[in-house]
Amino acid sequence: MPIDAALVGREFPPTAPYTITEVKLREFAAATGTPYTEGGPAPATFPVVVSFAAMNGFLEAERLDLFRIVHGDQRFVHERPLRAGDVVSARLTVDSVRSLGGADVIGTTSVISDQDGVTVCTAKATLVHRGDPA
Amino acid sequence: MTPPMTPGTELAPQVFTIRRADLVRYAGASGDFNPIHWSDRVATAVGLPGVIAHGMFTMALAARAVADWTDDAEIVELGCKFTNPVVVPDDDTGVEVHVAGTVRSEDDGLTTLALEVTCGGQKVLGMPRAVIRA
Repeated sequence: MPIDAALVGREFPPTAPYTITEVKLREFAAATGTPYTEGGPAPATFPVVVSFAAMNGFLEAERLDLFRIVHGDQRFVHERPLRAGDVVSARLTVDSVRSLGGADVIGTTSVISDQDGVTVCTAKATLVHRGDPA
Repeated sequence: MTPPMTPGTELAPQVFTIRRADLVRYAGASGDFNPIHWSDRVATAVGLPGVIAHGMFTMALAARAVADWTDDAEIVELGCKFTNPVVVPDDDTGVEVHVAGTVRSEDDGLTTLALEVTCGGQKVLGMPRAVIRA
């Protein structure tokens, strides 16, 4: 089933506030083999923890299956490094929907902001949704 | 030792091994439990050759190489396309991902690195780039 192009421009509700902890940063750094020192900046791809939650919210709202999704591209623009103690939330907007070889290609932007409402990172992701095989 | 960040400088290629256990660990750390990253049954059902690494895990390895080359410089932008999947076999050997990089440009304290990320001689990321604050 193709995805409704009327989704373009729609903004989804922000994710629940997420408190970044030292424990989570250490876990993420260890899982990716990235150096991390206590109190230091989060690994560069750490915001995915929040942007992925925003994507999950989008998929649930649109009743799309996660297992049909592969990642087409990803870009992070960091306004400042995230650190333990930050409380962050992501708002996902659908930028584009197009069809490509039986798949739907969904362009999204998740703006991640801190407890003061200041943008800390913009995460752009393209999601490739494969429908049922014909 | 940090190499000079002058345009044209080639950065020492780095090799990372990805095994299934790394994907399980990354799934937990990132919150990305898409079964295409741990179940051959689901991966093949959606037309993939088998379990594939999270694109974001491969991107995290690229960021790890950047951190190593630059002595943990702040990464202000990081982006790529996911052009080919990294298939991770269910064995003890895993699969190797190679990350090479070249300093592309330097402007007003920001340095752009062009990366090349390959698996089995094939590029797996398209146009991977990092912008660092030197």
